[in-house]
Amino acid sequence: MAKGIEILTKREYKYGFVTPIETETIPKGLNEDTIRLISKKKDEPEWMLEFRLKAYRHWLKMKEPKWGNFKYPKIDFQDITYYAAPKSKPKYNSLEEVDPEILRTFEKLGIPLSEQKMLANVAVDAVFDSVSVATTFKEKLKKIGVIFMPISEAIREYPELVRQYLGSVVPINDNFYAALNSAVFSDGSFVYVPKGVRCPMELSTYFRINTQESGQFERTLIIAEEGSYVAYNEGCTAPQFDTNQLHAAVVELIALDNAEIKYSTVQNWYAGDENGVGGIYNFVTKRGACRGKNSKISWTQVETGSAITWKYPSVILQGEGSIGEFYSVALTNHAQIADTGTKMIHIGKNTKSTIVSKGISAGRANNTYRGLVKVLPKAENARNYTQCDSLLIGDKCKANTFPYIEVMNNTAKVEHEATTSRISEEQLFYLQQRGISQEDAVSLIINGFCKEVFRELPMEYAVEAQKLLGLKLEGTVG
Amino acid sequence: MLLEIRNLHAGIDGREIIKGLNLSVEKGQIHAIMGPNGSGKSTLAKVLAGHPNYEVTEGEILYEGKNLLEMEPDERAREGIFMAFQYPVEIPGVSNSQFLRLAYNEKMKHLGREELDPIEFNELLKEKAKLVQMTSDFLKRSVNEGFSGGEKKRNEILQMAILEPKLAILDETDSGLDIDALRIVAEGVNKLRNSENAIILITHYQRLLNYIQPDFVHILADGKIIKSGTKELAIELEEKGYDWIKANSAHC
Repeated sequence: MAKGIEILTKREYKYGFVTPIETETIPKGLNEDTIRLISKKKDEPEWMLEFRLKAYRHWLKMKEPKWGNFKYPKIDFQDITYYAAPKSKPKYNSLEEVDPEILRTFEKLGIPLSEQKMLANVAVDAVFDSVSVATTFKEKLKKIGVIFMPISEAIREYPELVRQYLGSVVPINDNFYAALNSAVFSDGSFVYVPKGVRCPMELSTYFRINTQESGQFERTLIIAEEGSYVAYNEGCTAPQFDTNQLHAAVVELIALDNAEIKYSTVQNWYAGDENGVGGIYNFVTKRGACRGKNSKISWTQVETGSAITWKYPSVILQGEGSIGEFYSVALTNHAQIADTGTKMIHIGKNTKSTIVSKGISAGRANNTYRGLVKVLPKAENARNYTQCDSLLIGDKCKANTFPYIEVMNNTAKVEHEATTSRISEEQLFYLQQRGISQEDAVSLIINGFCKEVFRELPMEYAVEAQKLLGLKLEGTVG
Repeated sequence: MLLEIRNLHAGIDGREIIKGLNLSVEKGQIHAIMGPNGSGKSTLAKVLAGHPNYEVTEGEILYEGKNLLEMEPDERAREGIFMAFQYPVEIPGVSNSQFLRLAYNEKMKHLGREELDPIEFNELLKEKAKLVQMTSDFLKRSVNEGFSGGEKKRNEILQMAILEPKLAILDETDSGLDIDALRIVAEGVNKLRNSENAIILITHYQRLLNYIQPDFVHILADGKIIKSGTKELAIELEEKGYDWIKANSAHC
């Protein structure tokens, strides 16, 4: 009788293709020699190798964390390739040197890199497996003092800057995956915005995993000097393989006095098929430090892909009057798992944080919000507002909320609101009765649910994110 | 003939509620369907609109000569069937104007007419909103969220005004309205009626019919139309009650 809400099939993953290029990979497995080899391939200074080896030695003593609200097969860290690069050249001086196949790949992903087709007003760093293949608008940005380049290049060209800040927000022994990343990271983006400069364009990195057996360990470091501002976006896709690939990134943000960093992510790694075969393990450590007075760091994430998403973009609110924000949409369908949220650590006086989390769960998926709001003894007048909303589609999925609140100063004000709702048949019928198709009706309801997060995204990303959610849920109701 | 219902049997969860209903509606007509609680009035409205939980077990419904029962709810809507809900649904985070534009453009697309961009649509919306005395503030708010009962019903009529249906089914639109809101809603409906559309008014009370004059009145009891007449029938019903009609019609 009732058609009801039930789970049908999913539209195919649009970015699941593999680019047919020759790849240079190093043998599988991890030991000190692997690390020396990666460091050598990157032509790194000695201190960098030392950093890696120190991290590796810590990692050896660490245990894989088990506290996530999910299970996954044990990862064999000796069965992963830690470095994969297009064979043609390990380092590109100009676009002409990049394999046309790779350029075509990015174009197919909607990220044209050639001069004629470049996205206006967005500078892009394109990372393909373990290397950055192109960075647009690099010279133009350099003129106003903004450094935007692959981190591997920054290590050679701006060693003092990198050395001063790398590992200063996420220490090498912070956690198991951060230690692993510190040992083997291959590439990622480096951003430096000098004092008083408002970066005139959005900076953006696009991560693409292409090789089946490789992990991607990227490293991003963003430094905003006094009174500066930068908006940075990242996007991610990967081919469709029936094996799981590990993506263990580390992102560190540093905001000094009156500086602001706005960091947005639209994550669409391959999620595995509807039975949960294949897909990316997205185990990432992202953390920002508001070191300066009245500094601000804002994380916005739209997580739609990956077999498992496990990350907590956090802010350490050290500077007096600093502000931390976290806006998140996490969508899980089929057998996908997300255990995500944030940590807001209030250290300085008059610090403020806002958390808005929207979890959408369909199929048999499991969606967890986990968050920590910690107010330390010296954080007079700290304020936090947290809102966690879960939306369920169908009756086989799960949503969980684990808010942790630790307050050690009685002048703090911490608010927490949480709701759980379902897309009801009555809502769908109402919209359909007005001539809107069922698919569009679901999309409309979801976009309404995510509105507070989407309005934090840059325009193009917001449009992209809306479309993405529509596609991901296509056929989930019927 | 715009709508032709023949020997309709329908229900929900395996329970038959409508038990052999016949009704013909022509363009330009207003039909009032009255009946006690549980007589099947709202079920009829939902079956016409295609609610997925209601099942038709026998009979047929022709809409403009086509088999209505084969059409999805959204298809029916685009073909010109509109139902004003007794309990309009809230859609958090979706603005009224965004929702209305989407609905409007879906219909325009279907008719092969030009869709309107937000600025053009806003003009249309402002014009139509006057009909039910709604301010632009309403249009920015989320669909029905935090609306009072009267505001929700006015919003339904506004949607009717935007979508210009051929067949509008008003399901107890008068319920829960105070006298001022009732007048606004009724005036809106009266302005929307013309020789090209038809309206089915579903109501429990005769009160609404003082404001919207029906051409025909049908009394529904236990899933069947037991008596049809003109608006005088409604007045008689008001005076004598449903029991009298039921007893009386049993002899016919």
